[in-house]
Amino acid sequence: MTNLFNIGDLVRVGDALPPGHIRTPMFLRGCNGTIIKHFGSFPNPERLAYGLNGLPKINLYQVLFKMDEAWDGKGDYADGDTITADIYETWLEAI
Amino acid sequence: MTTRLISDLGGLPAGSIDRSEHEPTMTERRIDAMMILLRAKPRSFWVSDENRRTIESLEPTTYAESAYYERWVLAMKSLLLEKGILTEAELDEKVSEVRSRKQLAKI
Repeated sequence: MTNLFNIGDLVRVGDALPPGHIRTPMFLRGCNGTIIKHFGSFPNPERLAYGLNGLPKINLYQVLFKMDEAWDGKGDYADGDTITADIYETWLEAI
Repeated sequence: MTTRLISDLGGLPAGSIDRSEHEPTMTERRIDAMMILLRAKPRSFWVSDENRRTIESLEPTTYAESAYYERWVLAMKSLLLEKGILTEAELDEKVSEVRSRKQLAKI
């Protein structure tokens, strides 16, 4: 399927609190990051988790976040440290 | 109100990480093998996402107090029942059979 985002795009992770099997970690919800890789499209794990076929497939990206963005200055990390996470397209919006 | 999943620990206070290693015990190997056999073809009873969902849905105290492979056993039991592959009665029967066997072995 066509990918909505490309490498270098700035994105914001959704800050929704849906019930169910969710792969987007809580500490990254609502954070801004940069797309650094498009892995391809895969069956949706949030639907696979309930015995469904997970179709249509959704795009999965590697997203880079500044630690400051993820932890809001609270934590044990150095200036400029970053963290990456694999996030599905349904959780991302352009900024 | 939806709260975070029981497995979503990122950013929560957790103390230090136990980095000690151990060889898998025979019980752990057996649990691992059973999980693989249930998920692989030709059975294909469930996929890893269903396994994760089931582990996340464990009663919170049970989740917290269970070791990694104990959670796998609980998830297997729950999924086998959910999918109608085993019934509660069949499980109970097998458990009492094994218990009585162990009891006999002690005599």
